[in-house]
Amino acid sequence: MALAESRARRDAQSVPSEWIRRIHPAAALLLALLIIMPAIANSFILVQIFAWSFILGMIALSLMFLAGYGGMVSLAQMTIAGFAGYMVAIFGVHGEPAASIGWPWWVAVPIALVLAMIFGAIIGALAVRTEGIYTIMITLAIAAAFFYFTNQNYAIFNGHTGISSIPTPHLFGVNWHNAIPFYYLSLLWATLAWGAVTWLSRAPFGLALQGIRDNPRRMAALGFNVNAHRIAAYVVAALIAGVGGILLVWSNGQVAPGTVNVGAAIDILVIAVVGGVGNPIGPFIGAFIYAILKTFALDILVTLALDGNRFRLLIGLGFLAIVFFSPDGVIGLWNRWRNRGTLARVPSGGGGHG
Amino acid sequence: MLTVGSAAWAGGGLRPNAFPVLCLGGGMNAFVARHPAWSLVMIFVVVGLIWLVFAPWPPGFEEVFGRKKLFLNATFNGVTLGGLYFLVASGFTLIFGLMRNVNLAHGSIYLLGGYFGYMANDITGSWLFSFVVAFFVAAFLGVLLQIFVFRRMEGEELRQTLVTIGISIVLADLMLWVFGGNSWQIQTPTWLRGPVELPFITAVKSSGEAVYLTYPIVRLAIFAASIVIGVGMWLALNRTRIGMIVRAGVDDREILAAMGVRIQLVFVLVFAFGAGLAGMAGVVGGTFQSLSPGEDTRFLLASLIVVIVGGMGSIPGAALGAIIIGVAEQIGLAYFPTYAIVLTFVIMVAVLAVRPQGLLARR
Repeated sequence: MALAESRARRDAQSVPSEWIRRIHPAAALLLALLIIMPAIANSFILVQIFAWSFILGMIALSLMFLAGYGGMVSLAQMTIAGFAGYMVAIFGVHGEPAASIGWPWWVAVPIALVLAMIFGAIIGALAVRTEGIYTIMITLAIAAAFFYFTNQNYAIFNGHTGISSIPTPHLFGVNWHNAIPFYYLSLLWATLAWGAVTWLSRAPFGLALQGIRDNPRRMAALGFNVNAHRIAAYVVAALIAGVGGILLVWSNGQVAPGTVNVGAAIDILVIAVVGGVGNPIGPFIGAFIYAILKTFALDILVTLALDGNRFRLLIGLGFLAIVFFSPDGVIGLWNRWRNRGTLARVPSGGGGHG
Repeated sequence: MLTVGSAAWAGGGLRPNAFPVLCLGGGMNAFVARHPAWSLVMIFVVVGLIWLVFAPWPPGFEEVFGRKKLFLNATFNGVTLGGLYFLVASGFTLIFGLMRNVNLAHGSIYLLGGYFGYMANDITGSWLFSFVVAFFVAAFLGVLLQIFVFRRMEGEELRQTLVTIGISIVLADLMLWVFGGNSWQIQTPTWLRGPVELPFITAVKSSGEAVYLTYPIVRLAIFAASIVIGVGMWLALNRTRIGMIVRAGVDDREILAAMGVRIQLVFVLVFAFGAGLAGMAGVVGGTFQSLSPGEDTRFLLASLIVVIVGGMGSIPGAALGAIIIGVAEQIGLAYFPTYAIVLTFVIMVAVLAVRPQGLLARR
């Protein structure tokens, strides 16, 4: 279903001026399907599969934005998401009234997002001092540092146990923690994030960022401030990841160091790469596959008469297969399958990696 | 840079005419001439450290810094841990320096070597033999990785990195499957058990008699071994023909290949050696710490930080970074245990902010 939309999106890329008109049929179909989904699926599927893949997809989308348009693979996006979640809990209300500041959510959420963006700017300022594979290593080290810090700091982050009993706000008389409202809430923000990245990729800032990805020296010679653009990209990505992180915390009702450990950071990279970092819809496809695998891996493995605990093995092998055979993710596979007859056309989307 | 006598191999450089670091002798004079103020500061720091370690502390001092025994123990633990970090990180940095690929499965190789060393020690009862087993198992895995993964995607750095992440996920889960979630410890052989008294004064009794530091002999032996390996690597790189080829490959592998050197063979050998070092480090880590799931990530991160601090691709950089990180970790553990691990990251961030290429990198 999402694949159909990717096709429309891909075609639209070639003719930017007409993209609104051309995107409509497939995107509208997908959106309509997602809007009526609560009538089809039960609340477990809605929250555990759909809402979760929207949230993970948003965090992976922030990585896709950095990697696909900026050429910077940051493993610290889950860290920023977790940081925003922690901030919402600390400035807002949580299980231990003594430790939380207790401001209402409409104060806590903007503060958390601004702090997440500042955090993202700091990470970006450190990471842009290096390039390419160095960025991966440095952001990985930052992610690990934040994990250890939350794990050992009891004064603010409540150490290994983390923070629990974080309420989802009530607004307009709706309890947004219920399955159907939360589904629509995460769908709304995921759509907005996807739209924002799509729009930004064609805006002057996004074009300059892609220029910097392809040739930083030439862009510098043209008068663009390369590092400022890169750090700004980190800030935008931090905002998207921060929204995802807050939704994640509301969905789970708790946040702990396990939310931001190295495994989680790598899972976000896996999601983005499996989906494809050449297109903003890719991370959502990756997240959908990940959520299905993670929820049903036990059943799938047991059906195949294998040990149900080998979920990560399955994820790792799938990731390896994707990286080996289709560097541009599932979207790349789809494009290649679609273009199988037309030999003249080179499969597109391969330039996604920095 | 190709002369055999050159002592300037620091690796990782792209510009052959760049300022060579860590030349013993001439290079040091050049450094002093360039940065007289920094040299003075460094001399003061080194003299201060030597005084802290060797001299009996004046009474007022102990009130501020705690007992000298605590400080000495933390320092020794840090330096010996630095030796272990060096063993892991030197392979990592060597592979990066020559082949420009970041092997994020390095931690998995470390843990795999440790597990195989454990089994070898358990079956044969010979601790030294377990090093041989760990080295060859890890080296074999390295050869497989180089031939079936890295050779197929040469020059695609990001893809290689992603593949190694995938491999580390798979290996971690396979090891969890086979060896379970328990932690294992390799038994120290009898001839290395027990403490030894060292000529470092920890305190002076009221009778005027000096108390000397006692320290586990196995950690000292392992540290000595890592120094021997480090010096051996330095000599092999700077005094032998294969070392010359490797150094030339670091500078420009295309030209080297054009001159008829079988570069792919050199790549396989270097990868095998680097992985083998990580495997042996696994036995060392399994002896004075333990082996369990999660140790692979821990040592991968440690080597990442060590090489970021020391400079990617530089063997002397790896040694310096390993000692700094090891000592910082242990001193932190002794004096402010809650934030000990965070301290190492603070050092990394500080180095990145001041010298992004690392302390001893050539670029």
